[in-house]
Amino acid sequence: MKPGRLASIALAVMFLSMVVPARAATIQITMDNLVISPAEMSAKVGDIVEWINKDIFAHTATATNGDFDVALPPKKSATFVVKKAGTVDYYCRYHPNMKATLKVEP
Amino acid sequence: MFFRPSAAIAAAVLLSSPALLQGASAADKPTDPQIAHIAYTAGVIDINAAKHAMKKAKNKDVKAFAEDMVRDHEAVNKQALALVKKLNVTPEDNDTSRALSKQASDKLAELDKLSGAAFDKAYVQNEVAYHKAVNGALETQLIPSASNNELKSLLQTGLKIFQGHQQHAEHVAAELK
Repeated sequence: MKPGRLASIALAVMFLSMVVPARAATIQITMDNLVISPAEMSAKVGDIVEWINKDIFAHTATATNGDFDVALPPKKSATFVVKKAGTVDYYCRYHPNMKATLKVEP
Repeated sequence: MFFRPSAAIAAAVLLSSPALLQGASAADKPTDPQIAHIAYTAGVIDINAAKHAMKKAKNKDVKAFAEDMVRDHEAVNKQALALVKKLNVTPEDNDTSRALSKQASDKLAELDKLSGAAFDKAYVQNEVAYHKAVNGALETQLIPSASNNELKSLLQTGLKIFQGHQQHAEHVAAELK
């Protein structure tokens, strides 16, 4: 391989790192004493949503439109990568009085 | 005797009418050891009903609901036991607990005679009514009467959990129709 080609590859790698968008953020949402907080949260497509269950009870984060159904055993957390934009209402299947909204921007 | 608050709570649970509790005088409100006993008993009753349903139910949502009841009520009761130990309180048996247990064993016998879809429906309907009654008693009598703050806070958590169960049971009941 010619040194010139190597340099151009290096240059391409440099450019690539410049165009790649900012790293995906991790959005944390807690479930504590049967309350989801914050009850309304914004995220962007590609972000990671992490639900942290602080209760001694099992919960779920279940989208009403079927987009996600995340199991949250007692004192555990779980993540979900947001794939599409839109406003999604979700709740806990075991305790449907626990409700919240996730607003996903493109 | 009927107007003693303990009897009123039992009556409310029997009739699913928390309004009856409002007639109770504040002077004979249940003590913390009695409240702890009532709350624990109410949990045990639902665990027994759920274990029975796990064996008898045919519908998968009803079975899953029963499993959820065992898991949550055991978790609450475990916390309740840890709390009474910490507070050095001995739960005290009382008329309300006894009336609740008697009513529950009658209900269990009644449900035992049913099978298949009829059992599933009757179990879930009873779960809706039972949680509604217990929630009414918690809100209007047990929580306001509790003097220890940690006990009050555990009862408040219990109320939120059981309100969730009531809604869950209502969803399952709606699906069965």
